[in-house]
Amino acid sequence: MEQKKVVMDADGIDRSLTRIAYEILEKNKGTDELCLVGIRTGGVFLAERLKKKLTKIEGVDLPIGILDITLYRDDLRLTNKKPLLGKTDIPFSLDNRKVVLVDDVLFTGRTIRAAMDALIDFGRPKLIQLAVLIDRGHRELPIRADFVGRNLPSSLWESVVVKLMEKNGVDEVVIQDDNQ
Amino acid sequence: MKLTKKDILGIKDLSVDEINLILDTAESFIEVSTREIKKVPTLRGKAVVNLFFEASTRTRTSFEIAGKRLSADTINISATTSSVVKGETLIDTARNLEAMNPDAIVIRHSAAGAPHMLARMVKQSIINAGDGAHEHPTQALLDMMTIREKKGKISGLKVAIVGDIAHSRVARSNIYGLTKMGAHVIVAGPAMMIPRDVGRMGVTVHNNLEEAIKDVDIIMMLRIQLERQQQKIFPSLREYSNFFCLNRQNIKLAKEDVLVMHPGPINRGIEIAPDIADGPYSIILDQVTNGVAVRMALLYLLIGGQR
Repeated sequence: MEQKKVVMDADGIDRSLTRIAYEILEKNKGTDELCLVGIRTGGVFLAERLKKKLTKIEGVDLPIGILDITLYRDDLRLTNKKPLLGKTDIPFSLDNRKVVLVDDVLFTGRTIRAAMDALIDFGRPKLIQLAVLIDRGHRELPIRADFVGRNLPSSLWESVVVKLMEKNGVDEVVIQDDNQ
Repeated sequence: MKLTKKDILGIKDLSVDEINLILDTAESFIEVSTREIKKVPTLRGKAVVNLFFEASTRTRTSFEIAGKRLSADTINISATTSSVVKGETLIDTARNLEAMNPDAIVIRHSAAGAPHMLARMVKQSIINAGDGAHEHPTQALLDMMTIREKKGKISGLKVAIVGDIAHSRVARSNIYGLTKMGAHVIVAGPAMMIPRDVGRMGVTVHNNLEEAIKDVDIIMMLRIQLERQQQKIFPSLREYSNFFCLNRQNIKLAKEDVLVMHPGPINRGIEIAPDIADGPYSIILDQVTNGVAVRMALLYLLIGGQR
């Protein structure tokens, strides 16, 4: 039987994003050369929310891009499922930019590895930082996040899902036991 | 969602859902060709053989670029420089290639059904790049993608296809595809170039350019195929051009926002006036750009990952 637990509600998500926004500004000493890239699909809406918060705090409009990493996945060879390919849209040069990658859940780290390979194909960023709403552990590659909303220790048989108003109609982070 | 087929042999066997999947995927590939580094690692280590028994500029280069942009190894075989000139049969050529274990074979051949025979015989994915006068599915797919991109939809549009319909694989594939997707297709050409039972394919027939293009959204001009006819079907190219050349006068009969397409290569002044081919109505070069994206999408869907 599926046991579902809500570990973060709408207010919690909002507060975490606000804190992450301030942390990004603190670590980078402002918004110079900064840009946001949201990883499809979970990171895109979070990146847009971060952009709004940063504009509110600093008064600056940061460039924002969308990255679909399907073509860079390391498991295409092994899996039968083929996720529907989404569009990548990064309408500005990444050369000499400080890129903040945004995703919803950091898990094995393979998505971020793929995202970095993709970004390097677009140009030469000055640096790449990673902001995630949830870090659930179980890294399979040496990858870490610079900005984390919440650390959520989890078991491998659980799944962590970030639901957002923009796509699911509700803001909440849910952990559920997939054991049948 | 994935394509369950092993091969792409014709539009006739594709469902509306499959066509939409291919077009949607192709749309996401457009951007790869605009990057500084026009490469993604998706088909790394996979090999695609382009086996062309007929001349080609667009299609072959398009497939080669599509494969290379996906990081696949592409091998081009042109019949005139292969052992085919020594008399090797298609079956033997295919079996020998299969023994070298590529992942996909793209074939253009003058015999209708050649790709279908290959698909039954070898385990690789086969893509039909044109078989005789039968089908040219990747052309129809890129044509539909271009129409959808420019007009926002395919269903409900009036599309006129003009030229040697009977000998045109581009016409046949487009008729299958556009009617499946809900467009209203009109075909026109000299009477001896219209197949007798084309009406059964769900199209309207005209023997007159002016009637055919009246109020249409899209005009697709076909090349008069000088190399495909043994007998003289019409008295002269000039006579054909007098009646069926799209020019700045007769194009006014179509809708004001009409778009002009052509699979290429164009015979300037024969079936299409140069100023129309190069002018603002023309989306001929957009077709070519989309061709690379469609072929990338097909290679990705067929051989990307495990089958």
